[in-house]
Amino acid sequence: MALLQIAEPGQSAAPHEHKLAAGIDLGTTNSLVATVRSGVAETLPDEEGRHLLPSVVRYTPEGVVVGEEAKAAAAEDPHNTIASVKRLIGRGVSDLKTLGDRLPYEFVDTDSAVPRIKTVAGPVSAVEVSAEILKVLAARAEKTLGGPLTGVVITVPAYFDDAQRQATKDAARLAGLNVFRLLNEPTAAAVAYGLDRGAEGIHAVYDLGGGTFDISILRLNKGVFEVMATGGDSALGGDDFDRAIAEWIMQQAGIGGDASPQLLRSLMDKAREAKEALAQQDTVEIEVALPGGGQWKGQLDRATMNRLIEPLIRKTISACRRTLRDAGVRPAEIEDVVMVGGSTRTLRVRELVGEFFGTEPLVDIDPDKVVAIGAALQADVLAGNKPEDEMLLLDVIPLSLGIETMGGLVEKIVPRNTTIPVARAQEFTTFKDGQTAMAIHVVQGERELVADNRSLARFELRGIPPMVAGAARIRVTFSVDADGLLHVEAEELSTGVKASVEVKPSYGLTDEEIAGMLQSSIEHAGEDMAARRLTEQKVEAARVVEALRSALATDGDELLDAAERQRVERALHDLQQTADSASDAETIKQAIEQLEKTCEFYVERRMNSNIRKAMAGHKVDEFE
Amino acid sequence: MIELSRNYFELFGLPVRYTLDPVALAERYRELQRVVHPDRFANAPEQERRLALQQATLVNEAFETLRDPLRRAQYLLGLHGLDSNGETATTRDAEFLMQQMELREALASVSEAEDPGLRLDALMRDIRKMIDAQVAQLAVLFEEATPGSLEAAREAVSRMQFLNKLYNEAEAREAELEESF
Repeated sequence: MALLQIAEPGQSAAPHEHKLAAGIDLGTTNSLVATVRSGVAETLPDEEGRHLLPSVVRYTPEGVVVGEEAKAAAAEDPHNTIASVKRLIGRGVSDLKTLGDRLPYEFVDTDSAVPRIKTVAGPVSAVEVSAEILKVLAARAEKTLGGPLTGVVITVPAYFDDAQRQATKDAARLAGLNVFRLLNEPTAAAVAYGLDRGAEGIHAVYDLGGGTFDISILRLNKGVFEVMATGGDSALGGDDFDRAIAEWIMQQAGIGGDASPQLLRSLMDKAREAKEALAQQDTVEIEVALPGGGQWKGQLDRATMNRLIEPLIRKTISACRRTLRDAGVRPAEIEDVVMVGGSTRTLRVRELVGEFFGTEPLVDIDPDKVVAIGAALQADVLAGNKPEDEMLLLDVIPLSLGIETMGGLVEKIVPRNTTIPVARAQEFTTFKDGQTAMAIHVVQGERELVADNRSLARFELRGIPPMVAGAARIRVTFSVDADGLLHVEAEELSTGVKASVEVKPSYGLTDEEIAGMLQSSIEHAGEDMAARRLTEQKVEAARVVEALRSALATDGDELLDAAERQRVERALHDLQQTADSASDAETIKQAIEQLEKTCEFYVERRMNSNIRKAMAGHKVDEFE
Repeated sequence: MIELSRNYFELFGLPVRYTLDPVALAERYRELQRVVHPDRFANAPEQERRLALQQATLVNEAFETLRDPLRRAQYLLGLHGLDSNGETATTRDAEFLMQQMELREALASVSEAEDPGLRLDALMRDIRKMIDAQVAQLAVLFEEATPGSLEAAREAVSRMQFLNKLYNEAEAREAELEESF
C-alpha cells in the first residue's frame, strides 16, 4: 500500500503480496499488453502466440470482433470494420473535416459533441471502439496472470492534447479498467531501456511506424523525465518504403499504372517481404505473376533499396533537426537514441539516424514492444510491487493552456512544459457596468489567436453581482493532474460570492453518456450493474481498511494519543462490519466516507510527518 | 494539506533567504515529490490520492516560485507583507525608463545590422547582465531587510519585470531569425 511505500525504506511491514498490473500500448495500427513477471517485463501473446493485436474492431449483428479476424474482414465489410480509431479519439465533429478524406466510415448526425460511426450494431464512438480493444488486451493479461488486474498504465503520444487524453481514460473506464496513469509513449520507451536509472542527460526517441513518424526529445534529471519537444510527420512511415519498392518492381517488370487493385496489393506485400528480408541479407529474389500470364523474376539488393528509400528517411531526419531546434539542443548533446516502431528494423534507418545523432541507436528491445514494456515496468511500480523503487516520472504538459480574452486572443495560464500536477490561477474582470455573467473559453495550443488553437471547453460563470466595469474579480483556476487532465474553475472574489464550475473538454463524452454506455455494455454482457457496484465498493473498503491498518502499525503510537487511536479503531471496525454485511453499494460508500472523515486528521498528520522526515536530514544551518 | 503555516522555504528545509543553492533546491524538490507524488498513491484509497494530488501541486508551485529569481523576490516581498505588483518609484525613474526605450529601439533595429544574429546576441547578453545585477542587488537588500531596503527591493523587482519582458521579446526575435535562416 502507498502508506507503506512512504514509510522508512526497508521497513515494509507486511510480507509483500504481488499486485497484478499491466502496461498497454494502445496503438494506431497494433496494440500490445505487457506485464512484469519474476522481475522481467514482457509482452503477452494470445492463444496462437501472436503478441501484436491489430487495432481493428468489427461490429457484426452477432457481436464484436477485435484483432486479426476483424482486420481480415476489412475489405469485405469496410463500413462496420473500424481501423486506426486512435486518429479519431478525443476529436470533435468539426475535426472530421480535416480527417475526412482518409476515413471510409459513415457518421451519424448527433447532438453530442462526439462523432459516432454508423455500424450494424448501432452508432459507436471512438471511445467505445477503443474500449473494445482494451477489453481484449485486459482479458489476455488476466487470463495469463490468473486474476483480476488492480490497474493498468496506458501509453499516449506525447503530443496528445487534453481531450485525447481524457477520451483515452474514458475508454479505459468503459472497459472496466483502473488506470494508474497515462504515460507518454516516448517516456515509456526510455523507461524500457532503463534510461530513467541514469543520472541525467538528454535522450531522443525516434518512432517510425507503418504510417506515422514521431520524434521526441526528453531530458532526464535524476529520475525526472521531461518532454522538451516533440515533432514528426503524421503521414510518413514504413508503408511509404513499401510503396517506393513496389514502384521499382513495376518499373522493372514493365507493369503499367493501370494495374488492378489486387495486383497493386500483392506488389505492396512483395515489397514489404523484400524490405524485411533485406534487414537480414544482402540480396533478395522477387517473383511476380504478371497480369497477362507469365512471371517476372528479379533481384533487389540492399544498396538499390537504400537508394529508393533514402529520400524518405532524409525527411525524418529533417523533422529531427526541426525538433532539436525547438528544444534548443544540438545533435551532439543527445546521449542516446531509442528506436521505436517496426520500421526502425530497416538497417538504413538505423545508419542514418546514428549518423545524424552521432551515436549508435538503441535497438536491443523489439521496437514493436518497447513502449508496452516500459508501460508494464511503470505499472509494476505504481501497483506498489517495488516499494523501494526510486523511480518517479514527472511529466509535463505538452501544450499551453489558456483562455480567450478580448479580440480573440489567448491569455496563457499554464505554459507548455510545466511540470504536472499544477494549479495556476489568473484574475480577470468584467468590462461592462452591471455585467452578471462571463463566458469562459478554454483553449490549448501555442498560437496567439484563439482560432489557431484547439478549443477544449466553454462555460459560463453566472450570478456575478452587478458592479461597475472592472470592479469584479474573477479568478480562473486551471488544475492539471498527473495524467495531464485539466479541470477549470471560475470564481468571483470581490464580494465573497462564489460560483464555480468544473468543465469537461468539449470533445469529451459527458458523464451521462459514459454511464449510458457502461449500462448498456453491462446489460450486453448479462451482468448485474448493482452487483458490480457492490463488488467495487467492497474492494475499495478493503483497500481503505488495509491502508489504515498498516498505517496504525507503522506510526499509530507515534502520531495518535490513546483517545484518538480508539476513535480511529472504532471507525475502522465499523467500516469492516458494514462492508461484510451490507448488500448494497451505497451503504458501504457512506461508511467509507464516514471513516475518511473520522481519519482525515490522521492521514494529514502522517503526510506531514513523512514530509518532515524527508527533510529531516537537512538542517537549515547547513547553508550558513 | 501540507501545514500552511510553513512557507515555501521551510517546506524545502531551506533558510528564508533570497540567495539559495539551486542544486540543493532541486534535490529537496525531488525528495519531496518522492514522498507526495500521486504515483506513490496509485494504489491507495481515494482520500489519500486526493491529498497527494494537492500536495504534489503545492510542491511544484513552491519549486517554480523559489527557483525563479523574479518570483522568489516577489514571494519574499509577500512574506514581508509587501505587495510587489503595486506602482513603485521605478515606473517614475526617468533614467531607467530612458534606458528601457533605448534597449527597445535597439531590439527593433536588429534586422538592420550587418549580422542580425550577432547583434541580437550582444543585446541579449547586455540585458542578461542587467538582470543579473538586479539579482545581486536583491540579495543584499533582502539581507538587510530594513523598511528602506525592502522598498528598494520592490523597485529592483519592478525593474526586473521590465527586463525579463524585454528578454522574452528578444528570445522571440531570435526564434524568428533562426526560422528565416
